[in-house]
Amino acid sequence: MFELLGIPPQALFGQVLLGLINGSFYAMLSLGLAVIFGLLNIINFTHGAQYMMGAFVAWMALNYLGLNYWAALVVSPLVVGATGIVIERFLLKRIAHLDHLYGLLLTFGLALIIQGLFRNSYGSSGLPYQIPPQLAGGHNLGFMFLPNYRGWVVIASLVVCLATWFMIEKTKLGAYLRAATENPTLTQAFGINVPLLVTLTYGFGVALAALAGVLAAPIYSVNPNMGSDLIIVVFAVVVIGGMGSILGSIITGFSLGLVEGLTKVFYPEASATVIFIIMVLVLLVKPAGLFGRTA
Amino acid sequence: MLTEAVAAKPAAATAPLLKVRGLEAWYGESHVLHGIDFDVAPGEVVTLLGRNGAGKTTTLKSIIGIMAKRKGSVVMAGTETINLPSRAIARLGIGYVPEERGIYSSLNVEENLMLPPQVKPGGLSVEQIFTLFPNLKERIRSQGTKLSGGEQQMLAIGRILRTGANLLLFDEPTEGLAPVIIDQIGRTIAQLKQQGFTIVLVEQNFRFAATVADRHYVVEQGKVIDMIPNTELDRNIDKLHGYLGV
Repeated sequence: MFELLGIPPQALFGQVLLGLINGSFYAMLSLGLAVIFGLLNIINFTHGAQYMMGAFVAWMALNYLGLNYWAALVVSPLVVGATGIVIERFLLKRIAHLDHLYGLLLTFGLALIIQGLFRNSYGSSGLPYQIPPQLAGGHNLGFMFLPNYRGWVVIASLVVCLATWFMIEKTKLGAYLRAATENPTLTQAFGINVPLLVTLTYGFGVALAALAGVLAAPIYSVNPNMGSDLIIVVFAVVVIGGMGSILGSIITGFSLGLVEGLTKVFYPEASATVIFIIMVLVLLVKPAGLFGRTA
Repeated sequence: MLTEAVAAKPAAATAPLLKVRGLEAWYGESHVLHGIDFDVAPGEVVTLLGRNGAGKTTTLKSIIGIMAKRKGSVVMAGTETINLPSRAIARLGIGYVPEERGIYSSLNVEENLMLPPQVKPGGLSVEQIFTLFPNLKERIRSQGTKLSGGEQQMLAIGRILRTGANLLLFDEPTEGLAPVIIDQIGRTIAQLKQQGFTIVLVEQNFRFAATVADRHYVVEQGKVIDMIPNTELDRNIDKLHGYLGV
């Protein structure tokens, strides 16, 4: 079958895997954006920079403190999430009652500042981050070669996405979050501390971006621009999935990664634009996105 | 504590559970409450009657603290609440049932029911709520907003009974409901009164209000202009018709 199409299975599955890897990052990042947008009504343009910070904190933890990859998986989201909490408390909170546009401009400006600071200190050529020894090497599956680290990234991000979905859709805390997203005034009138929920949600969304950054560090080099390159595609993913839909952003993230990978096999010229073409088509047919709820 | 206080003093001298003085509120630039004054004694059911736009709903919203701009004084169980955020006011033991019912579509019936946190001990158990509203038990897994209007009202009332709040604010609980459901809500309010809950009820339907309330405050143009005890309702019926324009 593959031979009929003139494509060897190694190449096909190699691109499928690459697609899944990209999809893992799209899913984790768009999930964080969706959670933040749902409750804060802010399009968090700093998200890419926070993903980059996640990778950088992992690199710093290793090089300055000797903390290995596994420790960084925990430490980096906590540190970057804490910076997110500071940003929410001192900046986003002040513009919460204003139009979307202000949040967008503020977070975009922050992203530029953060990227500029890192570029100033670390240059833009990128820093190497080794794959942890436990995940070095790979397996020959017969039809393709699977590097262990890449398999780990796909599985880890799937687990993180599903755990996030479970927490939001099936737990008490998630019920608070959904209630506050839908009707913050009434939720507050029941005695629930909505401002605290908002702060923690932003911190959580940012931590998710940082976690994606740590996972990305050994694959892509740790680079101040790594987030800005990715975030534009992630915004397209969010638009396709529907702003604010949790499951939608997970499914859309992985699917679009796959579509991108397959496009590289069958029509490489379009691989960089295919997601944007899909975005245009989805917007024409379903302006609220594939999983978006229209009010 | 409550029963002691009642035993020690004659009912009329009981300190009010809710004391509202000179309450003013604004929607943006528009000044809607111009100094509302009224009291609610513990265990009383009091209604706010008045025409559309008189300020009844705004009064409830101001008590629970969700009006952005308000001033004056609202004292709940001895605590001044005018400068507190609504979450702190709720925690003093006030349960709020909004006019639009406020059932969450992203939560199922059970999640809606369990959402408001307990603010005090002594709330109804979930079983007791299901005894009051058996429909809720049957539809526990449904999406909140898939319920009928009457069921949504039961859910909106049921979820605040769980919390231990002893002052309940009901905004037009009978609006748009079938007579058989209105009867059920009326029986529920009577039962809640029997159990010692204090209730402030906003109503357009004063025939319904007369079946459940102890006293009626008449609100007009953002002020309380009269108070009619339910026992004297018959004598004042013409005056009330005049106020309400029926």
